[in-house]
Amino acid sequence: MSLLDQFLWLIFPYLMLTIFVVGHIYRYNTDQFGWSAKSSEFLEKRFLRWGSLLFHWGIIFVFFGHVAGVLVPKGFYEQIGVTEEMYHFGAVWFGGAAGIMVVVGGFLLTLRRVSIKRIYKNSSMSDFIALIMLGVVVLLGFTNTIGYTATGGTFDYRENIGPWFRGILSFRPLPELMISAPLGFKLHILSAFVLFAMWPFTRLVHIWSIPLTYLKRRYVVFRKMNPKKALKNTSK
Amino acid sequence: MKIKAQFGMVMNLDKCIGCHTCSVTCSNTWTNRPGAEYMWWNNVETKPGIGYPKEWENQDTHKGGWVLKNGKLELKAGGRANKLLNIFHNPNMTPIDEYYEPWTYDYEKLINSPQQEHQPVARPKSQLTGEYMDIKWGPNWEDDLAGVHETGLRDPNVINMEEQVRMEFEQTFMMYLPRICEHCINPPCVSSCPSGSIYKRDEDGIVLVDQDSCRSWRFCMTGCPYKKVYFNWKTQKAEKCTFCFPRIEAGLSTICSETCVGRIRYIGLVLYDADRVEAAASVPDDKDIYEAQLEIFLDPNDPEIIKQAKKDGISEDWIEAAQRSPIYKMAVEQKIALPLHPEYRTLPMVWYVPPLSPIMGAFEGQMDVLDPNVIFPTIDQLRIPIEYLANLLAAGDTEVIKNALKKMVAMRSYMRNVNIGKKNDISFLERVGLTEKTVKEMYELSAIAKYSDRYVIPSSHREEAGDMFLGQGTAGYDFSEGCSNCSCGSEKEEQYQFGEKYWSEMDGR
Repeated sequence: MSLLDQFLWLIFPYLMLTIFVVGHIYRYNTDQFGWSAKSSEFLEKRFLRWGSLLFHWGIIFVFFGHVAGVLVPKGFYEQIGVTEEMYHFGAVWFGGAAGIMVVVGGFLLTLRRVSIKRIYKNSSMSDFIALIMLGVVVLLGFTNTIGYTATGGTFDYRENIGPWFRGILSFRPLPELMISAPLGFKLHILSAFVLFAMWPFTRLVHIWSIPLTYLKRRYVVFRKMNPKKALKNTSK
Repeated sequence: MKIKAQFGMVMNLDKCIGCHTCSVTCSNTWTNRPGAEYMWWNNVETKPGIGYPKEWENQDTHKGGWVLKNGKLELKAGGRANKLLNIFHNPNMTPIDEYYEPWTYDYEKLINSPQQEHQPVARPKSQLTGEYMDIKWGPNWEDDLAGVHETGLRDPNVINMEEQVRMEFEQTFMMYLPRICEHCINPPCVSSCPSGSIYKRDEDGIVLVDQDSCRSWRFCMTGCPYKKVYFNWKTQKAEKCTFCFPRIEAGLSTICSETCVGRIRYIGLVLYDADRVEAAASVPDDKDIYEAQLEIFLDPNDPEIIKQAKKDGISEDWIEAAQRSPIYKMAVEQKIALPLHPEYRTLPMVWYVPPLSPIMGAFEGQMDVLDPNVIFPTIDQLRIPIEYLANLLAAGDTEVIKNALKKMVAMRSYMRNVNIGKKNDISFLERVGLTEKTVKEMYELSAIAKYSDRYVIPSSHREEAGDMFLGQGTAGYDFSEGCSNCSCGSEKEEQYQFGEKYWSEMDGR
C-alpha cells in the first residue's frame, strides 16, 4: 500500500472527521446566534418550493439509502433473504429516484441562489461553499449510481467500501480495502469527507436542530427570570 | 387556581390622531438596523384598508391564530406533525413583498452631483438588492384612505359586513388603528415555534424571541394572526415587539406610549388565572370569547385573590400596581376597552377603546349630539358603522360596541352637566351599567389622563433574577454583526447609511 493510499483512506478521513466533531462542539458553544437553517423563504418562496421540497426529501431518502448500503453489512441482507438482485434493484431504482430528486432540487436551489438578485446579494460566502461542495458530492454520487451501477458495473461496494467505512467508524481501519475501488466512488468519498469538515462552519448545522421535541412539547412556553429559584419553589 | 401577572396596554382610539410618532420612535429605538428596516413593531393603519402586511386579517390565506377542531383548540396553520412535515417550505408564509420591499434613497447623488441643467434627484434604492426601484407599496400606503377606493373593499372587516360599504367620498369613514404585538395570553406564535425559542416571561407575560435558539423555522410568523412576528432577512431570525422590556423593568412606559402625542396609551398589570386560559380560549361561540377572556381576569382587591397571588410568588408592590391598573379599570370594570379580533382565540392583551364618530343623518347640526336621549337610539347611525367596529373588536357582536360607545357618550354628557352646573339625570348612566364613581374614573383616565394614571408600572424584581449572564442574547433582538464571525467574510457593498461607519460615528459623539 502506497503512502498516498495510506493518507487518503486512513489519515485523511480521520482528519476530516476530527474537524467535523470538534468543529461542531466549537461552533455550538461559540456561535448559537449563527446556528440556524438560514431560511430565505421570506425573500422568495415560489422557486424555493420545488427546489427545497425535492432536495430535502430526496436527501433524507439518500441518507437512509446510504445507511442501508454502507452501514448495514451485506451479510445482514443475506440473513434476511434479500438476494443480490433484489438489493441491486432497490439501490438502482429507489436510490436513483432519490438521486434525481436531490439533483433536480439542488439544481433549482442553485439556480435560485445565483439568478434571483435579492437571494444572491444576501448570500454569504459559506452559503456558496456549502452549495458547491454539496453539488460536487451529490453529482459524483449520482454518477456512480446511474453511470456505473445501473449500466451494469460489476463493482459491489458492499464488499469493500462498506466494511472500510465501518472500519473507520469503529476505529479498526482497513485502508487497503479502498485501493481497488473505481475512481468515481473514490472521488465521491473524498469529496464527502471534505464536506464533513466544512459542515460545522456552514448552514448545514441546522440538520442537528431538527425539532423533534416539538412533537411532545406543550404549546405555550414560559420562561422565568430565575429558573433555579422557580425549581426550588415547585419542589417544596 | 394559578395566578399570573401580565402587562397589558389600552389604546384609546377616540383620541388617536394617526401621526405615526409611536411608529417612528419605536423604529428609531429598535428596528433601525439592516434586515429589520421593513419591520414596524408598532405601525398605525388607517381603517378601512388592507393594512400591513396586505390583508393580514384574512386568515383564510394567512392561517394565523387558533381554531376549534372537534372542540379542541388547534393552530389554524396545522398541528405539530403538520409543521414538521412543512418545515422545508412553509406554504403559508407571508413573503416580504406582502409587507413591502424596503428602500433607501441615493442621497449621495444630491451632494456629489456635478453642476448641471437639472436638479439632482435622490432615487429610491432597494435595500434588498441595492438596485434602483419603483416604490409601489409601503407600510402606510393607505394613510388617510389613500387608494382605499381600490383596496378598501378587500378589508376583511368590510367583506364580513351585511350592510354594503361604499367607498365614495361622501360615504367614506375612517379611523386609525395603531398596532403592536398583543403579548397574548394564549400566544399562537409561541405555540408555533418548533424550537421553543419564543416564550412568555413568567413574571410579566411579555412575549420574547430567544435569538440564540431561533433556528429560522419561521412558523411563528404564520402563527401570529396579527402578523406581528417579523423575519430579519439579514440575520434570518424572528424578531418582534419586546414591549420595551428594558424600560418596563425599570418602571418606565414603552417608547411608543411615552412619545404618544395624543396620550392615547395606558399600561398596567392584570392578574389572571392561568388554569382557566385554555377553557376561555376554547369556548364554542366566537362571540363569547370576549366575555370568557374577561372572566379569567381576577379582582386584585379581593382578599382571597391577594392571598393566592402572594402564594404564587407575586410581590406586594405588583399586587398594589394591579389594583391601580388602568387596564383592569378600562377593560374589566368600565368595559370600554375591547380586544382586537377576539375570534382569533389568542386572548390578546392590547385593548382598544372604539372611536366615537359623528351621527350621519338629517338632524346633523340641529340636535344636541351629547344628549343620550338623542344618541342612544341613533347609535347605529354613527359615521363609522357599528358593524365594522364589531368585526374589528368584538367578533361581530354589535351589542358590545354599542355598549362601549354609549358609555362614552354618557360620560361626556354627565361631565358636561357637572361642568355647567346642570342637574344630572343618572338614569341613563344606569341604563348603560355605569355608576357615578366609574363615570368619574372614566373621565379621569380618558380626559385628564395624568401620566401617573396612564402608566402604573411596577419595576421588575431583578434582584431575584438568577445568573443574568445566561440570559444574554435570549431576550428578543440582536445585531446582525453578531453573526459576522460565522460567514466566511464576503465583503458586500454597504447599502446602508447606518452601516458600521455610522455606528462608530455614534460612539464618538
